[in-house]
Amino acid sequence: MRHILSVLIENEAGALSRVTGLFSARGYNIDSLTVQTTEDATLSRMTIVTHGSDDVIEQITKQLNKLIEVVKVIDLNEAEHIERELMLIKVRATGKDRDEMKRMAEIFRGRIIDVTEKSYTIELTGAGDKLDAFIKAIDPAVILETVRTGASGIGRGERILRV
Amino acid sequence: MEISGAEIVTRCLQEEGVEFVFGYPGGAVLEIYDAIFKQDQFKHVLVRHEQAAVHAADAYSRSSNKVGVALVTSGPGATNAITGIATAYMDSIPMVVLSGQVGTPVIGSDAFQEVDMVGCSRPIVKHNFLVKDVRDLAATFKKAFYIAATGRPGPVVIDIPKDVTMTKCVFEYPKSVSIRSYNPPTKGHPGQIKKAAQLLSEAKRPFIYVGGGAVQGGAGDLVTELVKHLNVPCTNTLMGLGALDGTDPNFVGMLGMHGTYEANLAMQYCDVLIAIGARFDDRVISVPSQFLSNPKKIVHIDVDPSSIAKRVKVDVPIVGDVKHVLTDLIAVLKETGLKPNPDALGQWWQQIDEWRKPNCLLYTPSTEVIKPQHVIETLWKVTNGEAIVTSDVGQHQMWAAQYYKFRRPKQWINSGGLGTMGFGLPAAMGAQLANPDAQVACVTGEGSIQMNIQELSTCKQYHTPVKVLSLNNRYLGMVRQWQEFFYGTRYSESYMDALPDFVKIAEAYGHVGFKVENPADVEPVLKEAFGPSLKERLVFIDFRTDQTENVFPMIQNGKGLNQMDLPAHMRGMQQVPFDNNRDYGNLA
Ligand SMILES: Cc1cc2nc3c(=O)[nH]c(=O)nc-3n(C[C@H](O)[C@H](O)[C@H](O)COP(=O)(O)OP(=O)(O)OC[C@H]3O[C@@H](n4cnc5c(N)ncnc54)[C@H](O)[C@@H]3O)c2cc1C
Ligand SMILES: Cc1ncc(C[n+]2csc(CCOP(=O)(O)OP(=O)(O)O)c2C)c(N)n1
Ligand SMILES: [Mg+2]
Repeated sequence: MRHILSVLIENEAGALSRVTGLFSARGYNIDSLTVQTTEDATLSRMTIVTHGSDDVIEQITKQLNKLIEVVKVIDLNEAEHIERELMLIKVRATGKDRDEMKRMAEIFRGRIIDVTEKSYTIELTGAGDKLDAFIKAIDPAVILETVRTGASGIGRGERILRV
Repeated sequence: MEISGAEIVTRCLQEEGVEFVFGYPGGAVLEIYDAIFKQDQFKHVLVRHEQAAVHAADAYSRSSNKVGVALVTSGPGATNAITGIATAYMDSIPMVVLSGQVGTPVIGSDAFQEVDMVGCSRPIVKHNFLVKDVRDLAATFKKAFYIAATGRPGPVVIDIPKDVTMTKCVFEYPKSVSIRSYNPPTKGHPGQIKKAAQLLSEAKRPFIYVGGGAVQGGAGDLVTELVKHLNVPCTNTLMGLGALDGTDPNFVGMLGMHGTYEANLAMQYCDVLIAIGARFDDRVISVPSQFLSNPKKIVHIDVDPSSIAKRVKVDVPIVGDVKHVLTDLIAVLKETGLKPNPDALGQWWQQIDEWRKPNCLLYTPSTEVIKPQHVIETLWKVTNGEAIVTSDVGQHQMWAAQYYKFRRPKQWINSGGLGTMGFGLPAAMGAQLANPDAQVACVTGEGSIQMNIQELSTCKQYHTPVKVLSLNNRYLGMVRQWQEFFYGTRYSESYMDALPDFVKIAEAYGHVGFKVENPADVEPVLKEAFGPSLKERLVFIDFRTDQTENVFPMIQNGKGLNQMDLPAHMRGMQQVPFDNNRDYGNLA
């Protein structure tokens, strides 16, 4: 099953490679990984999307916790949570496609952030499946380039992950 | 006053009470070696290969309650240390390894003798550090020793660039250390401990399975107390040997691939299992589903949550330090008077005694050829069971484990998790330095000894009078055994041709060498080697042993604990049924 893990980790050189090294050494999957420092500059927050059986996910969280620099790990799937991903997508937009593309972007609440005579670059945020849906909804032939950040996640309501 | 980074290194080691640093110099650590020259608080042991420095530091730690320290230069020095670090990591041994590094300005430029040690060692350390600023040096040492020795112990690498050792700064060693992201557990959950006691009281066939965690955690006495209080049978893993005295009537021998008949069957057929600092390794329980095919309730005590439910689901996980948890468990058992049902326990013991009766470790003695088992039994006799025994890897290791009845924890020193040939001799050296008055024996094979034989030179320099018992079967015996069993006796590259004259080698290094070919000479030679006349000498004994001897019992890959290959005298034996599902081994 797909799981989304939130990790608070010391903002130290090499900490990220410990996490990725752990996943590859133990044969765990990383579907996506995002990381950035938090409001407290000594800490980074990671969101790791992975998949595996319950046993594997249990081992992943235990092994992550075992890394000396990891402060806390939570499995967001254990309660309600929100996840968002950012996609920048460059599409060919000429002639009548230009209006069509603009309309599609609006439907998906995307924003056109760069325009040339022949193309649009659209910024879209949402859960991963929404971004997938956008890609499906437009003609594959017009897609020039996509870049996605991978999911960032946070617990709903009062659920908080901090030191 | 400002002192150099190199001096800070030596001061930190002094602050940590380090007695010995095992190492080898080179360009990147010359400053540190200069600082070592100028101090006399700890001793430096100059090995002949960095791998040996790390094994020696590791065994120093295994045979004492201190953290071993090794020091190597950058590049090849660091990579030579890797096998030693991995060995310690797999067996959870506390150790600090210092590696030199090229100067910070040239890191990443493929400088001379540059290797990314933090990257190379990352998967085989508990933690590692690259110190880029001399002002971080002291705090890093404090953290490194703390991390290595607490929780589940393990090796920690500190990589120190040369310019850092040359830069000056004020030295102040931190008095205490706290790391917000690292809080090793100590006490176990009281509710879980009560549950464990309750389970024990409901047990009909209780069994205690003790591993290296109890040895490392200094819990031998508590294990003994628990076993005695409940009068329950107990097994030790290869790493746990000595946690319960090998001659204790409650001890049923080692379990696992080369464990005893009785230990393996008790493990399979028990109904309540208490696992103490043991990790359900594949060489111990073989296939988890087979192991669980006879239902049992499992209590698992381990300081590392990731050891729990890794291979086997358990009913009562107890995360905590073995000493704390056992103290609390024994207290609860005593307070509540909870105990297994005595009638059922009596029957269980009857069953165990029946399994013991055929003596699965019986071997056919010979007056013609030296039986390796006989050498170990005689070693036990001659040393009164008191020696510290290190070993290499192979058949000789298993015979040492099976036939030397270890009396106490930390007496048996071997590479279990990684199975590193070449471990034995440097380990004996480290153990002897940690225990100058102890008799130290290194049980090895003619294959393994040649992987670090150069350390005979170090042993000479530092007067470590260890006794090397080489069970020379002219084969990579363990490999040959597998080839005999599973590869139609095609002995592919397992024959050691062109063996050297080991007696001459020993003598060339300034030691005493004996070659023993006659079984009648085994005891007298061992007596002489361990006797007063050779007390101060390293003695190398080349025992020409039976080439075809195999290690039994043996559990083949993929087989269950109750499907052992048994020694000749037990094949075809009639057994009283235990239950309908039973399959007591390969009795055909
Ligand atoms: C040729 C060969 C054959 C082998 N055959 C066998 C065999 O027949 N039988 C056998 O048993 N092994 C055998 N081994 C060894 C095997 O590979 C494993 O190394 C060994 O079984 C592991 O022992 P252990 O379970 O005691 O765990 P260890 O590796 O000693 O691990 C210790 C456990 O205790 C925990 N721990 C550490 N400190 C504490 C503490 N203070 N408090 C609580 N918990 C703590 C750790 O987290 C860890 O989970 C063989 C090895 C070789 C090379
Ligand atoms: C460094 C290393 N290389 C290879 C092996 C695989 N191996 C395990 S046992 C063994 C044979 C050891 O031979 P020897 O030391 O003569 O011991 P014996 O089995 O004959 O007692 C080998 C090659 C290993 N464990 N370690
Ligand atoms: Mg051999």
